[in-house]
Amino acid sequence: MSIAFLFTQLLNGLQFGVLLFLMAAGLTLVLGIMSFINLAHGSLYMAGAYLAAVVSAHTGSFVLAVLAGMVGLFVISVALDRLALSALHRRPHLDQVLATFGIVLFANEAARMMFGSAPLYMDAPAVLSEPFEILGFNYPSYRAAIIAVGIAVALGLHWLIDRTRIGMLIRAGASNRAMVSALGVNIGWLTTFVFALGGALAGLAGAMVGPILSIQPGMGEPVLILTLVVIVIGGIGSIRGALLGALIVGVVDTLGRGVLPGLLAMLFNPSVAAAAGPALASVGVYLLMAAVLAFKPQGLFPVRYA
Amino acid sequence: MTGQINSTAVKPAPATGAATPARAGFWPAFTIVALAVLALAVPLYGAVSGNTYAIVLASRILVFALAAVGLNLALGYGGMVSFGHAMYMGLGAYVVLIAGGAGWVNGWLQLLLLVMVVGAIAAIVGWISLRTQGLAFIMITLAFAQLFYFLFVSLRDYGGDDGMSLGAPSGFGPLTGHPIALYYALLATLVLSVYGTWRLVNSRFGLVLRATRVNERRVKAVGTGPLAYQLVAYVLSALICALAGFFLANLTGFVSPAYMAWTVSGELIVMVVLGGVGTVFGPVVGAVALLLFEEVLKGWTEHWPIVFGPLVVLMVVVLRQGLWGLLRGRAE
Repeated sequence: MSIAFLFTQLLNGLQFGVLLFLMAAGLTLVLGIMSFINLAHGSLYMAGAYLAAVVSAHTGSFVLAVLAGMVGLFVISVALDRLALSALHRRPHLDQVLATFGIVLFANEAARMMFGSAPLYMDAPAVLSEPFEILGFNYPSYRAAIIAVGIAVALGLHWLIDRTRIGMLIRAGASNRAMVSALGVNIGWLTTFVFALGGALAGLAGAMVGPILSIQPGMGEPVLILTLVVIVIGGIGSIRGALLGALIVGVVDTLGRGVLPGLLAMLFNPSVAAAAGPALASVGVYLLMAAVLAFKPQGLFPVRYA
Repeated sequence: MTGQINSTAVKPAPATGAATPARAGFWPAFTIVALAVLALAVPLYGAVSGNTYAIVLASRILVFALAAVGLNLALGYGGMVSFGHAMYMGLGAYVVLIAGGAGWVNGWLQLLLLVMVVGAIAAIVGWISLRTQGLAFIMITLAFAQLFYFLFVSLRDYGGDDGMSLGAPSGFGPLTGHPIALYYALLATLVLSVYGTWRLVNSRFGLVLRATRVNERRVKAVGTGPLAYQLVAYVLSALICALAGFFLANLTGFVSPAYMAWTVSGELIVMVVLGGVGTVFGPVVGAVALLLFEEVLKGWTEHWPIVFGPLVVLMVVVLRQGLWGLLRGRAE
């Protein structure tokens, strides 16, 4: 196991973590502020991926495709929230889970009917096709670009939440919804904005995975469930928790799959390693979650302003 | 923040409580009798008409009805919204596969093993999950189910992603592998678990459990620690689901990770809610209605989820007390 391999795996883990962060940031805000659980967040990610693939195939422009994924999903999310989901905000969690589960079933089947079950692929932009050299190692520049976008989004969200008026209202809404509403703020549109922001980030994530993963019906749910793990580990409602949780989960999952089987082979005899390696690697993230919850049920970084 | 979540989460739903079937009026009683007669007559119909599919479908319905009754104990009476109960069905099925593969084909031995293994897993998972509440509980149970899903996907020796056929069905002497014996055993187990649920929720144990669902703080204030009650209910509910998985493996002769896919957990919740959350017989009605409806829908179009998904949303919006509530409401 060379240093270069480890380094590449680490960067892959970061890149995966960044994607999870894009998913988790929006979802955790919605969970924290509205106490609303939206299983259809994975469907928004899938919609972003399909939208970007279609735009990319028609225009050939990657930038337009990613923009379409973001803006399109912002618009779709506004419509979804105003037309359907806002009616569920005051319902028990059981109702929210079920209704959004129904939406997931519908969305996956709609994707299958429109695009078929066969996966679609999307090309990475030509500018980013050459590997990128960092600290003497080669790393695919497209993946590096994803990491850069993730850092930019994290900084942008930090600015939005901590430095702007709307961010102040969002934080206030998370602490006491009724009070913010009584002060004359239209909390309904505020929550719609937060929801749509989360939808746009999910769309961005979906649009960016096109060149590295296959686009197919049902692609959203594995990511959604890992996103829920991220949120639980990070602490519900916390952007900082979502970022750190996502990076931890991304790195643990990727290193687990890439490095653990080799590591076990060095420590134990090959037959044990061959049996235990893949099993441990595929459940590592969930074991991590169980361990975190056993000791810190509120997550590693509980919300401070609530 | 958490205070807010609690106050909305524990708002008691109307028409809860353990209804005694005897006092429930004409339509509920009629439904129970009709379903019982139908259930008893299916093998006879199969033998007379030569339609072997009827008994397979009926067995499948009974398997899911059993699992829904199990889930209802945690979800309906315990207020624990578990989005991972399909995992216990899958674990029950894998006990049959793995024990059978190791040469332990005796059915009673497998059942003993199932109670010990699944009981231990459910106790650990339940204890960790119950450290959280509300939203987090839903997400964690879903994540734990994924843990076991991916664990079995990675086990190449047991077929991995594709699953594996059973080497031998669970052995019960001369009845081994007999479809009609399996059917009646399932029916008897279902009746017993419905009766057991009814006894349980009307006992002191059930009183604490139901009170915790409505207001945990008050239960603590009168000096009762609700965690142990919730955990026991969770483990019992997991064991009933595992039992359903045990029957499912024997019914299909095949076990795969798909049994514990997260969508199966979702469908189990749909069955419970469709039938009536926190009613003794509701989950059975929900399972029968849902599976028959799916059967019709699948015959109609291969794209059945495009219809099914929106209907689930509609059910949440319109049918708040479930089919059982509807039946009972008309009687009152």
